[in-house]
Amino acid sequence: MLIRHFWDKFWEKTLAALALVAVLTLGGIFLLLLTNSWKAFSHISLSEFFSAAAWNPAAYETPTFGIGAMLWSTLLVTLGAMAIGVPLGLGTAAFMSELAPARLRNLLKPAVEMLAAVPSVVIGFLGIVLVGPFLARVFHLPNGLNALNGAILLAVMSLPTLVSIAEDAIHAVPKAYKEASYALGATRWETLLRVTLPSCRSGLIAAIMLGMGRAIGETMTVLMATGNATAMPNGFFDPVRTLTATVAIEMGETPQGTTHFYALFACALTLFVITLLINVAAERLAASYRKKGQ
Amino acid sequence: MWTGLLLLLLACTGRRVETLVIKGSDTEVNAVLQLAERYMELDSAVSISITGGGSGVGIAALLNGKIHLANSSRELNSHELQYAEQHGLRIVPHILAADALVIITHPSVGLDSLDMTQLAGLFAGDVSDWQALGARSGPVSLYGRQSNSGTFMYFRDKVLGRDFSPTLKQMNGTAQIIEAVRNDPGAIGYVGLGYVTEPDGSPRQGIRVLGIVPAGQTSAISPLHRDNLTQGRYPLLRPLYQFTIGEAQGRLRAFLDFEQSAEGRRIIEGNGYLPVEKGTFVTKGVDEVDKRGL
Repeated sequence: MLIRHFWDKFWEKTLAALALVAVLTLGGIFLLLLTNSWKAFSHISLSEFFSAAAWNPAAYETPTFGIGAMLWSTLLVTLGAMAIGVPLGLGTAAFMSELAPARLRNLLKPAVEMLAAVPSVVIGFLGIVLVGPFLARVFHLPNGLNALNGAILLAVMSLPTLVSIAEDAIHAVPKAYKEASYALGATRWETLLRVTLPSCRSGLIAAIMLGMGRAIGETMTVLMATGNATAMPNGFFDPVRTLTATVAIEMGETPQGTTHFYALFACALTLFVITLLINVAAERLAASYRKKGQ
Repeated sequence: MWTGLLLLLLACTGRRVETLVIKGSDTEVNAVLQLAERYMELDSAVSISITGGGSGVGIAALLNGKIHLANSSRELNSHELQYAEQHGLRIVPHILAADALVIITHPSVGLDSLDMTQLAGLFAGDVSDWQALGARSGPVSLYGRQSNSGTFMYFRDKVLGRDFSPTLKQMNGTAQIIEAVRNDPGAIGYVGLGYVTEPDGSPRQGIRVLGIVPAGQTSAISPLHRDNLTQGRYPLLRPLYQFTIGEAQGRLRAFLDFEQSAEGRRIIEGNGYLPVEKGTFVTKGVDEVDKRGL
């Protein structure tokens, strides 16, 4: 009896320690980013870092460390991806959980989830050889390496997250709601639009935000397909260079301990804070719909 | 860690294998890889590992003590020199070969040659429409490498003498530049000589190689005529370096000697680069480096 009790306690503590590893890792990453970014700001003023447009740390004459253009590029690509991905993802989710026959759903769901298994280099490659030339032809552009290309690819990459979470949310709507709606004479379309979707709104918003978090942090795909010009983009047809791409391109070449090195940490910290805020907001919303669903 | 284990295993069997780690320029990586493969056939007691990533990546790794030999298509910059000095590292340059930088355009631009001022004006962003240079009207679309590339730095320092236009699209590799230029009717880009000819020596389809008028002269020099390169007439010739910390010794010395042997030179030439005789135009580069106190 005592021995059984001991093992019970032992495994409980071991699993708790394992769970703590993830939390400690997150805390450690945050601390590392913070201490290294701190050093950057002894050379760069905060206002220059966030508001100046020009990022040219290895300039011919005076280096400049402004992330304005990159921040705008990141937002442009992410919002573009959401504009494409949200209708597509929510539409797919609604179709799958409400309208599709069971056999079709059993085919669709794993297919969408498989999209998450495609490596980002492969998607980036498709951006260069397929989406880029297509955009250039359709919009009569000199080339297709621009923000729109990145947005399309990121929309595809955020689909699995979007669809999967949105489908769960729609699925969690109590059957009684729908039955009541049908009893009042509403059609399936009216029920979906006026009853089902509004009653899982917070879950859908959580799906959108997690999809956005996925898109904002993606690196390889945008690095390959968006042209990486450092100029401030004027729209979706201009090449862009995102924060993630900048860190990925420059981290390897930068001697440790230089202002440039620390400035890259500051870029990473900015990105980390943005995704953290998005994820926290999404978690809160998701929690609220889970409670409501029960 | 695996290399460590491997060494341990080999040590147990009583055979000693020395590992040389080489990293750096993407321009040099293929040629050095072939040299190393051949050298390992000749000397089974050495294992050579080679990766690319860009000249800056290689130099940073050498300065941080992670590798034995850095491939670099540029000299050390002032930050790197300063870092080496502070840490008491004596960097010794070796010259692998000479590379010609080639300017390519989409054939529909319609130009056959440019002078050095026009070239600098284009890549610095002074000229935004081809009409200004007497060609067919249309927007100029600039393609180059990312800032961790030695080619990027060489071109900026030796041709532009100022910063690149921020609208320069920074591509991941030379093959991507060629692919982009081929698809973009207003495109101009710079690439290594090895990339503009097919394996049989004929020029590649879909791009046009421009002749360059050297400063103070009137006629264009084409890089496609071998004499223009070997006699140093073509203005965009640059040395390809390899750097060591201190004089190379033992196996590293033997490998560097092999690169300059008759067989090594054949391999270098097979990759589209020019083997260099001591005392020709390129050795100037070494003297310059020496003068800067390397």
